Amino acid sequence: MAKAANIKTLKIDGRDVSARQNETILEVARENGIFIPTLCTLKGLSNVGACRLCLVEVKGTARLQPACVTRVEEAMEVTTNSERLQGYRRAILELLFTERNHVCAVCVSNGHCELQSLAQKLEITHVHFAYRYPEAEVDASHERFIVDHNRCILCTRCVRVCEEIEGAHTWDVMGRGIDAKVITDLNEPWGSSQTCTGCGKCVHVCPTGALSEKGKSVAEMLKRRQFLPYLTQMREEDRS
Amino acid sequence: MSPEELDQIAETERQAQLGFKHRVNVCVAAGCVSCQSEGVKQAIEKDVARRGMGADCEVKGVGCMGLCAQGPLVSTSAGVLYQKVAIEDAPAVVESLLAGPDPRLLCKTDVPFFQAQKKIVLENCGVIDPERIEDYIAAGGYTALMRALGELTAAQVIEEVTKSGLRGRGGAGYPTGLKWSTVSKAVGERKYVICNADEGDPGAFMDRSVLESDPHRVLEGMLIAAYAVGASEGYIYVRAEYPLAIKRLRIAIRHAERFGLLGNYISASRLSFHVDLRLGAGAFVCGEETALISSIEGKRGSPRPRPPYPAQEGLFGEPTLINNVETFANIAPIIRNGGEWYAQIGTEKSKGTKVFALAGSVTNTGLVEVPMGVTLRQIVYEMGGGPPEGRQFKAVQTGGPSGGCIPADFLDMPVDYENLAKVGSIMGSGGMIVMDETSCMVDVAKFFMDFCASESCGKCVPCRVGTYHMHRILDAITERTATAQDLAQLQELCDLLKNTSLCGLGQSAPNPVLSTLRYFESEYQAHIEQHVCPAGVCGKLEEALHG
Repeated sequence: MAKAANIKTLKIDGRDVSARQNETILEVARENGIFIPTLCTLKGLSNVGACRLCLVEVKGTARLQPACVTRVEEAMEVTTNSERLQGYRRAILELLFTERNHVCAVCVSNGHCELQSLAQKLEITHVHFAYRYPEAEVDASHERFIVDHNRCILCTRCVRVCEEIEGAHTWDVMGRGIDAKVITDLNEPWGSSQTCTGCGKCVHVCPTGALSEKGKSVAEMLKRRQFLPYLTQMREEDRS
Repeated sequence: MSPEELDQIAETERQAQLGFKHRVNVCVAAGCVSCQSEGVKQAIEKDVARRGMGADCEVKGVGCMGLCAQGPLVSTSAGVLYQKVAIEDAPAVVESLLAGPDPRLLCKTDVPFFQAQKKIVLENCGVIDPERIEDYIAAGGYTALMRALGELTAAQVIEEVTKSGLRGRGGAGYPTGLKWSTVSKAVGERKYVICNADEGDPGAFMDRSVLESDPHRVLEGMLIAAYAVGASEGYIYVRAEYPLAIKRLRIAIRHAERFGLLGNYISASRLSFHVDLRLGAGAFVCGEETALISSIEGKRGSPRPRPPYPAQEGLFGEPTLINNVETFANIAPIIRNGGEWYAQIGTEKSKGTKVFALAGSVTNTGLVEVPMGVTLRQIVYEMGGGPPEGRQFKAVQTGGPSGGCIPADFLDMPVDYENLAKVGSIMGSGGMIVMDETSCMVDVAKFFMDFCASESCGKCVPCRVGTYHMHRILDAITERTATAQDLAQLQELCDLLKNTSLCGLGQSAPNPVLSTLRYFESEYQAHIEQHVCPAGVCGKLEEALHG
């Protein structure tokens, strides 16, 4: 009996699904091939619930819930793709496009960018908010990598992978609101960072072209992030 | 410290105070200090010494007396209150102790501003010396703690708080008893009690006054909470912009430790409780509980999704009780007089009293404590004296950047959590800014949006980018260059932020816009369609520059 209580059954978009009690709505949805858009979440890293794209409707709660951090409950009824949610998701993506300077045509990640492909998937044809066109820096001081703040969406995957997996904590966020940006060490050039191990994990978890390898031209930056689940799995096995 | 020893200290202090024939209380809270009340106090002390009355007359620095607009305030044992006392007035004040009230400085106290108040949280403010624990004890301080430790079980303490109907005074109005009960049931290696003193709403200064005037009351509330939920460590998170409150809290903690009221096995009970201060570095979002906890942990002060709530997983991952200053300040009286006594005050769902900071276009700027359920008209007009001569009331803003503007139509509405929410505002921490016809409501909305945009932590997209765009559009409206589409976009963003932001800051950032659009839409239209600002506020600067 005790074991059976660890399994929850719920409905996602009208489909009956089962889940382990510690799973999140997002994990269960993915297992069942139900698509929920995300940008900040990445399997193997902690969840921060920052991009707000994975918000879903849960029957009985007035507030929208982020699928990446909301745990399943028995008899929960989840709607992942209502018209209202689609509207919010498109608006959030549009806000991201207005925030910095995302010019796909000259981007190293063109064609392999999560922001770009989500926009395509959600059928965004134009942005109806005014563009900001901020002046953003490019730091190419590192011998192998480049950070281009024009393309950063502040998902903080780099911050998390560096702290949680590599254990270096080279990356962090400084400034608030629209002025927030990711920095290396105490806002020093990446190239002169004392803590960076040069492992490149941050580059490969970055969803856009903000972090890239040197020498890559337009559309050439392919990200390899298969390593992450293995690393976390190995750690967990180590612990047990 | 045993209850008997506490009584002894109180008795000794009372006797010492009775030894003085006269007493002069000078307000030394921030409002009056900013207009030289400390100099006034010194001058009075000097004059008392000069007349050789030192043995007969005690000159005491006390906390806030409420009517900040008329400071520095001085009260005497003859029962009179003097206003706008200058250093040169010191001899006159001392003279009046013997010769009778000086009509020149007299401040009328038989007016609604003072008479309509019901003081529970502020009962000691302006009466006791905030830097002396003996004075607090003489006023009945720490007897509630002794009662809790000696006569009540933890469950009974929670029951009293639940019975009182007290709701969180930080703004959201969550039932305090329920929160305490949740934390007491949570399991952890240790538990924490946090006092949120990161008061950040523009125009709000209730918590500052309480901390500056009666810091031990907050400590006593925290101690009782610690006993009730089983916590062993406490933090007071106070903003660094309140140096006087910090100084007095430090003194209060030191005194309480010396008297054995903080530390191990307090009053020979099983309660051990230590309190430390953490200073906020000027981020409004750190008033949000998860951001505040992050900040205490030494991390960047940004909020995280809830659940888990701090009651289950809070500071350092342990169960944490987090309440606001004013909430803790209500606890001692509730335990002293019982929950039922407290529940008699106020309305059906909002019990007790609330401290409001009156500011803006109102004659009597200052601090008032009123029972829940009095009307806005009573607060703004009867107590506050309404807008100054020749000005016309337009709206009152409550709840700071998360609240809204309430127009004259609702002046007769009783003030409680539900009613304020119904008209599109919130109770908030208790700031009330009165506005007259010289305020442009679009400009007011822009002011608050500017505040939210610069205080957004930048973690979630809707708040980070949305507040920027909303401010940009509001700016265009005040520049009178905006179009109807801009207004539609503003409304779209209001809906987006409200429903998708991560924390309360983003979720409530649209409130000032939504409430002004609801009640003053014509002003938005005038800016957009006729390109004029009806209040004559917007564009004044350029006209002055370009003639």
